[in-house]
Amino acid sequence: MLIKGPVFRFGDHVNTDEIIAARYLNRSDMKELADFLMEDIRPGFGRRPDLPGAVLAAGWNFGCGSSREHAPQVIRSAGIAAVVARSFARIFLRNAVNIGLPVIQLPDCDGIGEGDRLEIDVESGRLINVTQEREYSCAPYPGFMREIMRYGGWLAYARSLQSGQGN
Amino acid sequence: MIGPQTMARKILARKAGRSSVATGEFILVDVDVALANDITAPVAIDEFRKAGGERVNRPEAVVLVADHFAPNKDIQSAEQVQKIRNFAREQGISRYFDVGRMGIEHVLLPEAGLVNPGDLVVGADSHTCTHGALGAFACGVGSTDIAGVFMTGKAWLRVPETIRVRLEGSLQGEVSGKDLILHLISRLGVDGANYQALEFTGPGVEALSMEGRLTVSNMAVESGAKTGLFPVDARTLDFLEPLAIDSEPLAGDDGAGYAREWMIDLDRLTAQVAYPHLPSNCRDVDAAERDRIPVDQVVIGSCTNGRIEDLRAAARILRGRRVHPSLRCIIIPGSQAVSLQAIREGLTEIFIEAGCAVSTPTCGPCLGGFMGILAAGERCLATTNRNFIGRMGHPKSEVYLASPATAAATALAGTICGPNHI
Repeated sequence: MLIKGPVFRFGDHVNTDEIIAARYLNRSDMKELADFLMEDIRPGFGRRPDLPGAVLAAGWNFGCGSSREHAPQVIRSAGIAAVVARSFARIFLRNAVNIGLPVIQLPDCDGIGEGDRLEIDVESGRLINVTQEREYSCAPYPGFMREIMRYGGWLAYARSLQSGQGN
Repeated sequence: MIGPQTMARKILARKAGRSSVATGEFILVDVDVALANDITAPVAIDEFRKAGGERVNRPEAVVLVADHFAPNKDIQSAEQVQKIRNFAREQGISRYFDVGRMGIEHVLLPEAGLVNPGDLVVGADSHTCTHGALGAFACGVGSTDIAGVFMTGKAWLRVPETIRVRLEGSLQGEVSGKDLILHLISRLGVDGANYQALEFTGPGVEALSMEGRLTVSNMAVESGAKTGLFPVDARTLDFLEPLAIDSEPLAGDDGAGYAREWMIDLDRLTAQVAYPHLPSNCRDVDAAERDRIPVDQVVIGSCTNGRIEDLRAAARILRGRRVHPSLRCIIIPGSQAVSLQAIREGLTEIFIEAGCAVSTPTCGPCLGGFMGILAAGERCLATTNRNFIGRMGHPKSEVYLASPATAAATALAGTICGPNHI
């Protein structure tokens, strides 16, 4: 999977209340909720027309806090192609993988700036910052998570394991 | 020869049907309890159906609780609760808890005897780690994970490293489990235990009440931890006996290859206050008092501190006094049983006579749902678990976190105040 897109840059410890505030979660239509992506820290962000194909880049511990899967689901519904961060909170990471949203852990991502154009090869872990002419190599997913991503999400993989087709 | 093991490895090996599992390994485990609430269950149901799911694999392993926006705060939340109620009926899920029988999930499950030591508990709620206090491997997951349990009865997990926290001494005066976990989070940082389990050990464990342990395990996730495990000891067995749960002692082994070992001296621990906007941003309550921080609202409740011991601590301070005229104090018992017990012990009367509002069980204001939302510029001191931007209402409001005793003292003083200064 090759992803090419511009960066929207966020800081450290972006929590799931910031990604999608709980006051909106009396409903679960992700397309509707996508309008409120990052609303409390960047008002109007979820209603920008240029989100499809873009990449979120952040610092430490992206997605900490609540387990709400709405967070990665809303990021995907907004059309964001991938999230790159220095580190991810545990539950956010598993939720993103479980729904097939590419998340890339890049310890050296401080230099990535707002508006930079990235090219990411998710399988090989190669990331190019086209704007800054820099290339990074990220650690590939562990085998089990790679399989989940290959099936497009946990439920498809779980089903294949159950019917004995998985390897 | 397996050698010394952490508690996490012992439980996970059993649930993977193996003699042992290695740290870092990905495994499929049998799930004893799969938990979801009125925010996360609707998404799990949607994902289950989208994947072609028809019948829940083991309905007896599923627990659904309408607690976040219930009693329904508006039409949309009513529809979400209706969706899980209908699903429970359709699938024969008997452990669905509706208004009048429900409590905040992590208060309700232990008191209802739904979690056994050594169980594997996954919950689409980050505070599922609470049940580690009973010696269960309990961790927060997402809605798709719960849909996966609906389909297969199993979940995937990575076997975590373990940080061992040795507790020495015993808590003094009104210092509580909340102060202990706030102190630990401030030392570890909000991602200091990311992907890892916390395991508590040492002589201080014995002196820590079951409520105190549940509070400590509850906030393990605020340091990034996957779960917060307490050994199954005499106190655990005493707690489980009236619930007709029989169990055996369980603990991690010395020399089990812990990632880190920490020590906390409970004798010297003081009351803590976490300032906005991270739970790790703690100061000693004496320092907070010197800052003279006026407060508009106090909330005592939540899955962190909505148990009977928490209400008793608040009542000891509020008895015969009146809350400061400049603030509102909202008290939310964590379950129907806690509510009833509070009435029987006369605590509810103390609260109402002091000028507090006493609510039915709900997560409510903790996550900015309802029952105490803040306006721009307002400040709340709460016994809840998160003080993120906008967590309890307007993005320009503030939440400070503390124990029930500190919250009650603050309610009387009008500014942040420790329990020893009332």
